[in-house]
Amino acid sequence: MTIPSTAPAAESHVPAVEPIITVDDISISFPGVKALDRVSFRMFPGEVHSLMGENGAGKSTLIKALTGVYSIDSGTMSLAGRPLVISTPAQAQAAGISTVYQEVNLLPNLSVAENIMLGREPRRAGAIDWRAMRRRAAELLARLNLDIDPASQLSSHSLAVQQLVAIARATDVDAKVLILDEPTSSLDADEVSELFRVIRGLKNDGVAILFVSHFLDQVYEISDRLTVLRNGALVGEYLTREILRIELVHKMIGKELATLESLESKTRQAAVEGDVVEVPYLEAVGLGRKGSVEPTDLAIREGEVVGLAGLLGSGRTEIARLITGADRADSGEVLVRGAKKRLRTPRVALRDRIAYSSEDRKREGIVEDLSVRDNIVLALQADRGWFRRISRKRQDELANSYISALGIRPANPDALVRNLSGGNQQKVLLARWLAVAPRLLVLDEPTRGIDVGAKAEIQKLVSNLADEGMAVVFISAELEEVLRLSHRIAVMRDRRKVADLPNEDVTVGQIMGLIASGAEA
Amino acid sequence: MNTLRELPKARLFWPIVTLVALLLLNFAVSPGFFAIRFQNEHLFGSLIDILRNGAPTLLVALGMTLVIATRGIDLSVGAVVAISGALACTIIADSPTPDSLGTVLAAVAVALVFSLVLGAWNGLLVAVFGIQPIIATLILMTAGRGIAMLITEGQIITISSAPYKVIGAGYWFGLPASIVIAGVMFAVAALLTRKTALGLLIESVGINPVASRLAGVRSRGIVWIVYVFSALCAAIAGLMISSNVTAADANSAGLYIEMDAILAVVIGGTSLAGGRYSLTGTLIGAFVIQTLTTTVYTVGIAPSITLVFKALVVIAVCLLQSPALQARLRSRRASTKGVLA
Amino acid sequence: MTILISTSARRGRDLLGSRYTPVLVTLVLLILVFAAGASQYRGFASGQVIANLFVDNAFLIVLAVGMTFVILTGGIDLSVGSVVALSTMIAASLARAGWPPVAIILVVLVTTSTLGLLVGLVIHYFEIQPFIATLAAMFLARGLCYVISLESISITEPWFTAMAQTRIPLAPGLSISPSVIVAAVVVVVAFVVLHYSRLGRTVYAIGGGEHSATLMGLPVPRTKVLVYVISGLCSGIAGILFTFYTLSGYSLTAVGMELDAIAAVVIGGTLLTGGYGFVLGSLLGVLLLGVIQTIISFEGTLSSWWTKIVIGSLLLVFIVLQRLLTARRR
Repeated sequence: MTIPSTAPAAESHVPAVEPIITVDDISISFPGVKALDRVSFRMFPGEVHSLMGENGAGKSTLIKALTGVYSIDSGTMSLAGRPLVISTPAQAQAAGISTVYQEVNLLPNLSVAENIMLGREPRRAGAIDWRAMRRRAAELLARLNLDIDPASQLSSHSLAVQQLVAIARATDVDAKVLILDEPTSSLDADEVSELFRVIRGLKNDGVAILFVSHFLDQVYEISDRLTVLRNGALVGEYLTREILRIELVHKMIGKELATLESLESKTRQAAVEGDVVEVPYLEAVGLGRKGSVEPTDLAIREGEVVGLAGLLGSGRTEIARLITGADRADSGEVLVRGAKKRLRTPRVALRDRIAYSSEDRKREGIVEDLSVRDNIVLALQADRGWFRRISRKRQDELANSYISALGIRPANPDALVRNLSGGNQQKVLLARWLAVAPRLLVLDEPTRGIDVGAKAEIQKLVSNLADEGMAVVFISAELEEVLRLSHRIAVMRDRRKVADLPNEDVTVGQIMGLIASGAEA
Repeated sequence: MNTLRELPKARLFWPIVTLVALLLLNFAVSPGFFAIRFQNEHLFGSLIDILRNGAPTLLVALGMTLVIATRGIDLSVGAVVAISGALACTIIADSPTPDSLGTVLAAVAVALVFSLVLGAWNGLLVAVFGIQPIIATLILMTAGRGIAMLITEGQIITISSAPYKVIGAGYWFGLPASIVIAGVMFAVAALLTRKTALGLLIESVGINPVASRLAGVRSRGIVWIVYVFSALCAAIAGLMISSNVTAADANSAGLYIEMDAILAVVIGGTSLAGGRYSLTGTLIGAFVIQTLTTTVYTVGIAPSITLVFKALVVIAVCLLQSPALQARLRSRRASTKGVLA
Repeated sequence: MTILISTSARRGRDLLGSRYTPVLVTLVLLILVFAAGASQYRGFASGQVIANLFVDNAFLIVLAVGMTFVILTGGIDLSVGSVVALSTMIAASLARAGWPPVAIILVVLVTTSTLGLLVGLVIHYFEIQPFIATLAAMFLARGLCYVISLESISITEPWFTAMAQTRIPLAPGLSISPSVIVAAVVVVVAFVVLHYSRLGRTVYAIGGGEHSATLMGLPVPRTKVLVYVISGLCSGIAGILFTFYTLSGYSLTAVGMELDAIAAVVIGGTLLTGGYGFVLGSLLGVLLLGVIQTIISFEGTLSSWWTKIVIGSLLLVFIVLQRLLTARRR
């Protein structure tokens, strides 16, 4: 763990020595999950500090601790040398911490000016002074070079503009600390430059800025310092100019390069030869959706595992959702066994034997108040319709066979899925999809947040499925896994596919390089 | 067996306790309370009265349970009660042979079929047009009373028809017909949802509509059918109520029955937020409400205090079941909500 | 260097369609229906007929204003009808006991506001849905009516009688009652609060997104409880106005009045999901309902139940309209 002991050097104008924010050894737990495990963190005034880490790393938890949304279980936080004890967002704001959240947390039904000034509206004789409010809002918008009518309704603007309005709101407050959580996810290049201009201006004013983004280029362009989290723990704090991109990617998603190489040679499967059918089961041609993924080509053959590698937000989940009918594409087409299909809904896709296991297990996967048995038979039952109920006996057979085949614990078909561990919940989901005997199974982060033993079991299962002739798409941020299982690897970056290569002599380092620098393949 | 232990138990506990407490209270005051006697080939007794008087509410609550399970609500049931009674009575009154079984059957059939149409209307608004259930059913609730009054032309229609009177006041197999009908409908609902896949799909849609969609569940049809069923139940209840007095009063028939039904469902443990439902729970809830009314008479609480008494009991049960209290009792850390209060 | 040109210019049509359209539609409909009535019946298009709209519906206007606050936050208050009845009972029984009018009014308003406070606290801190909580309050209030008296109590107190019978002339042949003044004051105050105070903006904010409002640091819990207090207060005022109208307290009165209030608010353009709506819209909603009633009474031969059917259909039209508007917004 490398933490520079010296103060930030030349880049900031403010010769600060003391951090403005110090977080010491904080931990936050939720039932079954340790979201932050003794994390220490600090921010200096007049500096842009990036928080890096994959999904589940703890970034948003740390931000929510700083903004009063979550309370910490242990450890301390301090602001400008004094203890920071907050339990509501209002208190965080009052303390001088201003935040722009990832999902635009503004009010679509109010005007732009109101959203900017809400809670701080200028008043005259006790009543809100609308003219002054609009004037102030116009000033703030002008600072961002945003030429929109302050009186217009927020929802009439694109998400990108709304994001900028949120930033305008955050910059109005006399903040000591500004937190920007994925502020550029809906912005185009010009808008990003404007935003960065504003950020640099704030930096010069001595504001400490926390910048969270998965766009590595942007992180390297704007930030002075980086902190990397992984699985709720601190990996390290680095000065941006002292760490290479590829090292950074390692720290975020992998172990040391050397260890990885040795792992590969030990566990790599001879995957390429074998019974791989030539005509793809599914072929996506120029499939894309505005705002989520650029038109992409992707082909998956039966008996083949296609790994989708890339950081969060790179488009890997988005393209998976398009080929399974979970989202609707606005460009391109999908061919299933050569025939053009409109995969409008998951139900339609399921009829073509295409199943999708979502990465958001909790919100889009498990039906938590139902039993293991019910969850397993759900898709199969939906396919058969209302009146052809799967007999209880058959349900039990199915449930028990999957419970034992996948090692689901507790081995009780009546247990409520909400009480199972993450790994077992994932297995239940897998069982659900296996039960419909799909020809193409898309698994999005199936091993995330699961213990090592369960991970290995699931990986073995995936490999067996392909051997038995299923087409599989395997999405994971853990590159060793992707390498271990895939016959072919597609690398996604910034919403576009940057590489599509057969898994022959590919190394983890190579993939990381592709992700980090995005060289066109 | 674990399912029995988990969700339902925690929720059915308080309603059952309340029901038992109320029954015991009745017994304490009136020792003959639990007595059931067989006379004239009919069963008589206070318990029978409770069951009989609670039958219409139970029916409406049955349909309401399934609607609520899909995250919806049906406020129009009171209007449907009025309409079905009005239709049936008008047909019988206008018929030259009001006493014939054929006329009665025809009247009943018309009322039931029309209710299916009304239910389909609600389903259309909610499932296809995506209108919020509370407002979609509010429309029929408002207009429906008007329709009922239109049918009766503002009068209270009294009829004299022996076959019709059986529905609400007659006896079958020694039991009041209304209890038999309610029991049959309960069985129908239970079979329909548990012997087919409907129960599972309804719960799935109510608990997690997104995951259900990804699993290929066709929620539109499911939502539609529960509204049709709710209207059907309300129509049968309407026939029962009007048959009991062999009259149709479009103004007051079924007044507030939707409130009683919703309360019965909530007391029975089904959450207004949808998902897991319990028909048995609703059964108990309906009887808690009916027993409350009876308790008031038995214990001799002044009729003026009935409603307050009922309200307080209901409030108590709802508070005890409230998510906030439940969470605090289990001292589970409420993830983000806790710190935002 | 200006980089971003707003997309709102392109969406001008949408802009007009977003916030104000439902209210404008109500206004147009109101004028149309009134014109239809004027063309059909002699004496319809008189100033007094319009004035009577206000005189006869003053209490409903106040009720709708209170309901608007609650619905704007995404909640609902089913207890208002029963609370109106309770107010009339309290007023009538205290009047009979010889209490001075000022004291009577004070007791009524404090009682109804406290009930609203309790409801709001239960909704927020016990996390019980507004529907259920206010349903229970409805039963409780109605029950308290019965406790006070099962029979109607007439009010003979001179001040009340005066309020009931006084007519304030505005012009020759045109007069209104004091209730109208009260209703007007309530509407104006509500307007000022909703559009010129932080409380009002927080109400809209909660309707727009409670979670977002919290993250923005707004006093959400306090406001959520306050809207129910406001609704309770308005119910109390409406109840007092209703006593001027009926000069009696009767526990079976105002049954279903909450639905009239909700219908007026929805027809007035307020979305039940919250965040969108105006008190002026609710005022127009009440007037529209009133005009329909007036037409039906002028018609004479039309039965009163047609009112319900018409209101139901109106509701349908408005809801579908609202749905189309919100769908386009997405």
